[in-house]
Amino acid sequence: MSASDYESASKGASSDVATFDDEEKGLFGRFHHALHATPALVPLIVLMVAIGIFAIVLGERFFSPGTLTLILQQVQIVGILALAQSLIILTAGIDLSVGAMAVFSSVIMGQFTFRYGLPPAVAVAAGLAIGTGIGAISGWLVSKVKLPPFIVTLGMWQIVLAANYLYSQNETIRSQDIRDEAALLQFMGIRFELGGAIITMGVVTMVVMVIVLAYMLRSTAWGRHVYAVGDDPEAAELAGVNRHRTIMSVYMLAGFICGIAGWIMIGRFGSVSPSASTGVVGNIQSITAVVIGGISLFGGRGSIWGAFFGALIVGVFELGLRMAGANAQWTYLLIGALIIGAVAVDQWIRKVTA
Amino acid sequence: MSTEPILKARNLVKRYGKVVALNRCDFDLYPGEVLAVIGDNGAGKSTLIKALSGAIQPDAGEIWLEGKPIQLPSPIEARRHGIETVYQTLAMSPALSIADNMFMGREIRKPGWRGKLLKQLDRKEMERLARDKLNDLGLMTIQNINQAVETLSGGQRQGVAVARAAAFGSKVIILDEPTAALGVKESRKVLDLIQDVRSRGIPIILISHNMPHVFEVADRIHVHRLGSRLCVIDPKSHNMSDAVAYMTGAKEPDQHLETA
Repeated sequence: MSASDYESASKGASSDVATFDDEEKGLFGRFHHALHATPALVPLIVLMVAIGIFAIVLGERFFSPGTLTLILQQVQIVGILALAQSLIILTAGIDLSVGAMAVFSSVIMGQFTFRYGLPPAVAVAAGLAIGTGIGAISGWLVSKVKLPPFIVTLGMWQIVLAANYLYSQNETIRSQDIRDEAALLQFMGIRFELGGAIITMGVVTMVVMVIVLAYMLRSTAWGRHVYAVGDDPEAAELAGVNRHRTIMSVYMLAGFICGIAGWIMIGRFGSVSPSASTGVVGNIQSITAVVIGGISLFGGRGSIWGAFFGALIVGVFELGLRMAGANAQWTYLLIGALIIGAVAVDQWIRKVTA
Repeated sequence: MSTEPILKARNLVKRYGKVVALNRCDFDLYPGEVLAVIGDNGAGKSTLIKALSGAIQPDAGEIWLEGKPIQLPSPIEARRHGIETVYQTLAMSPALSIADNMFMGREIRKPGWRGKLLKQLDRKEMERLARDKLNDLGLMTIQNINQAVETLSGGQRQGVAVARAAAFGSKVIILDEPTAALGVKESRKVLDLIQDVRSRGIPIILISHNMPHVFEVADRIHVHRLGSRLCVIDPKSHNMSDAVAYMTGAKEPDQHLETA
């Protein structure tokens, strides 16, 4: 066949595997490669450095089991919300309603117990179910109606927050009443001491959830599908992933996790308050933790550990700077710089050919 | 031909608004053959292929696989029937590894309770199979089965996509423009892959604009024009200019070709 004659010219070419000198990359290149392979490494390093600096400057006042576990307690709500946020962002979405869902879930748990006299266990289950249900609505709007996640959850944030005030009639359930009549609602606040370290059930729940979610994302087909859908939804669908089911499961799981966050809020604050600040600031705080944790807002890249470290970084900065007597604005300023820095690092890591 | 087509379609119609992409289109693929589908841009080749791979649903018409009528509501369903497609876009997730991509949507779980209860993936097994498949097809230039697909060259990506289809396509493999983005050596590799897959008895539908490639590997050529099958020609009795003339409408085929 004469048409393929031109190909014979390449016959003499070497057919060896192309090899490249690894040495050229050097330490810097290897570092770059490690970051590319393990995206949670950057936030982990930042976290360690931050703890190290505060430990040197503040000494034992900061670097003690009591203070370090206090940070865990302070970040437990945002930390859990960041896990929900991570799942959504991995699918290239964003959820502006996580904080509102958490507050509403906590209100459901409280009101179901005190208004309807339901057993606390049923009320907790109802709160978790409502969280999951709200997630399902958002997921359906994103997946079936194909609305942008930003719009869906921006609307859902307002709707859920308003529903929360309307339903609760802006009534706070006092900590004392909960302790006396429905101690299960404060279950997440149960604390135990371990050599100066104070651990709450909420903190334990957060850590367990990080481990479980990390496992699900890494080692199950569902996790791979979450990444694939976030990376390129059309490719994933053509390759045989059920995009709709994956997105629905992610939004529902995120809603459920927000319900858990609501339960933890009752443990942390003692009372149930529909006007808890989490409903407003929790959304942005969770996105901050996720971004600092190196999860790409374009979806498909990053690890849930990164979001956890991101939440801890924020917690370390807040407490460390407060202990150092700095104006609280310095915290926000530094967090802002960290957000921009984290995304810049993300862009750099993604340059595979660098 | 006396044998029954393995994949047959009759009177497929697909409209996009006022545009008719498929106009009562027929299609036949026989066991063990390489059927090339050629046609000018906008002739409706892609629509035909999408209908056969479940990516779109025709407004009318029927499809038979091995003599049985089938519905293909989604690519997943088509794959369940053993029809694998390598799309022009390759349908791979760049950030995931070669092994992850090859087993996307049909992952293997660990045996025993870890697979059943914890739904744990059997990475070792998937990596081993992926490596075997790539080796089978002579794609050994890939060093690390766990490297992200985005770190591969265009030809390597194409190779992985073809390997994925060949690994799972039990009945029919559809290749949409597999050599369009490739260099000379890489194209050669894909053509060799096609021969290799055919020698295993799996029929292939090849969509291509590259006439030398089509005439080299195809057993029959389906010429698509204005949304339907114009004729089917034998590459041994026709030359490339005939094909191009039919395709563009410069020449009308003989009457007897239309039913071939």
